Amino acid sequence: MAESDVQVKEQRIGLDGRPVLLHIENLRVWFELRRFGFGIAGHVRAVDGVSFNLHKGEAIAVVGESGCGKSSLMRTILGLYAPTEGHVEFDGQKISEMGRAGLRWYRSQVGYVQQDPYGALPPFMSVQRILEEPLIISGVKNKQERAARIRKVLEEVKMYPVEDFLPKFPHMLSGGQQQRVVIARAMIMEPKLIVADEPVSMLDASVRVEILKLLRGLQESHNLSFIYITHDLSTVKYFSERIFVMYAGNLVEKGPIGSILKNPLHPYTFALMAATSDPDARNAETYKEVPPGEPPSLVKPPAGCRFHPRCPRIIPGKCDVEVPPEFEPEPNHQVQCWLYQ
Amino acid sequence: MAANREKLLRVEDLVLHFRTTVGVVQAVDGINFDLDYNRAVVVLGESGCGKSSLAKAILRLLPRNVGAYSGKVYLGGSDVMALSDEEFRQNVRWVGISMVPQAAMNSLNPVIRVGDQVAEPAMIHMGVKKEEALKLARQMFEHVGVPEDFLVRYPFELSGGMRQRAAIAMALVTAPNLIILDEPTSALDLLTQANIFNVLKRIKKELGTSFILITHDIATSSELADEVAVMYAGQIVETGEAKDFFPAPLHPYAQMLMASVPRLRADQDPEFITGQPPSLINLPPSCRFAPRCPKRHDKCEQDPPIIEKDGRKVKCWLYA
Repeated sequence: MAESDVQVKEQRIGLDGRPVLLHIENLRVWFELRRFGFGIAGHVRAVDGVSFNLHKGEAIAVVGESGCGKSSLMRTILGLYAPTEGHVEFDGQKISEMGRAGLRWYRSQVGYVQQDPYGALPPFMSVQRILEEPLIISGVKNKQERAARIRKVLEEVKMYPVEDFLPKFPHMLSGGQQQRVVIARAMIMEPKLIVADEPVSMLDASVRVEILKLLRGLQESHNLSFIYITHDLSTVKYFSERIFVMYAGNLVEKGPIGSILKNPLHPYTFALMAATSDPDARNAETYKEVPPGEPPSLVKPPAGCRFHPRCPRIIPGKCDVEVPPEFEPEPNHQVQCWLYQ
Repeated sequence: MAANREKLLRVEDLVLHFRTTVGVVQAVDGINFDLDYNRAVVVLGESGCGKSSLAKAILRLLPRNVGAYSGKVYLGGSDVMALSDEEFRQNVRWVGISMVPQAAMNSLNPVIRVGDQVAEPAMIHMGVKKEEALKLARQMFEHVGVPEDFLVRYPFELSGGMRQRAAIAMALVTAPNLIILDEPTSALDLLTQANIFNVLKRIKKELGTSFILITHDIATSSELADEVAVMYAGQIVETGEAKDFFPAPLHPYAQMLMASVPRLRADQDPEFITGQPPSLINLPPSCRFAPRCPKRHDKCEQDPPIIEKDGRKVKCWLYA
């Protein structure tokens, strides 16, 4: 691979000496709440102090409920939101310092798989046109080359015979096929990183697994880095190496998939796992343990640990006062919780 | 025919077809099942298999393009299909069977207080005064775990989970024996979803209500199911007790559907089902799953009968 053409300022090295592709440091994304007239009434702290490294060729899952800030985090990584504080660094370059041309390059390096495939595809464009557009924009002038690349990417997402699909419009495709087109579009620029936002939540059970396996296959064969955003813990283990659990703007637990699923440390992760059902008739006989209340407002988050008002293992006088730092009770497995002090 | 004691609901040969410009859609095509008091049946199926149409057919909520609508629906022993539309509206809907439609939490009227909306079915269908109806609404709020002071709030002041609970309270307020739930938790978060299922379990235990739960989510459906009915292309292909079904489904489709469920607590690689469900227009005379079935044989050219095996019913030649 001729990757060394792009001169990287300094290569960050992460766990086990693996090179880092995406480095996020103390990222805050706050949105202003305007008062009627003028002045600022406060901030929605959607992402509040997030740091992590994503290695080259690594798949991670960000797990959290709606409103926890995972979509804002994703959009900041995609360069759609500017960070309020901290930065996102891709291959050694801060995306906030890239400039217009740099951002154009960056966007060809990052593919995005949306949640709702039908909403993500323009209804008036054929599959061919949808896939050709990114190539035209990035200046691939040769028509044959464009056709060849479209053919190749459609074969990769297993849509054959390719000719049958090229003239079709999104409404003529099934949900699974639409999602394949979305994936093909994300792949066509041969990116290094794919961000997938709940890529299978709108699909039927039987198609879900097919799409997840397709994504996993692409990730492995192209050595892609992958950020899989989801609320569904049962799918992550087939998909990623590490899990980041997000709650109210913070990553409360980070760790390898095996150790989190076997031994969840944060009470919130524990609650998420307890709430996830496996198909089992005995489920109907018991009640689930669910923490009371709802996720907090991100405008005025609770003092101390943000989970403390709902936490079954709260340490009074500690959790409701002081923000927990990151502890590492197991190697490579971090948790923001006073229990592990 | 009529047993000593009638079941709560008995559906016989229920058919609901729709006329469209491209042909007749056989959405519900000869459905038979029954349900007893204080039981919950899960109707499992992928999108487009006709499971929501089944709910509409039972509640006679029909669109204008109905092609065929026939069969028998017995509620507590009396044939409600024989009733006129007006009688059905007065005597069955809400009072006998109520429904929590898909995305119910977004179907609340935004300019009416939640309590008033929940009380309304009681006023209309039970003829009680407003104060009485509000009292009932307050009781139902208690059952579904919504604080009482939410009665006077507007829908926008409630979170998604709270609105969904309010929609369930509305279905409960007329004290029906049967509630049809169409994908009650599909738009909700994990913890909220678990909460709603806790609420439904509690209602079943405390009020003795029966449920028809329509969903494509096999894993969470096991939270409520006493019985399971698997639907494919407008027909029920397997019915049975949940405790028999979940560990070992019989129909090849049900088996593959079960194998496609990712599991948190088991190291089992999920499999997918190749191919797509058939269009409900111009269905073949063969078994409808045959084109995708790994176990098909010559006999599958003919429509399989429903075969009884150890108290379970399966529509597949393998068990003939």
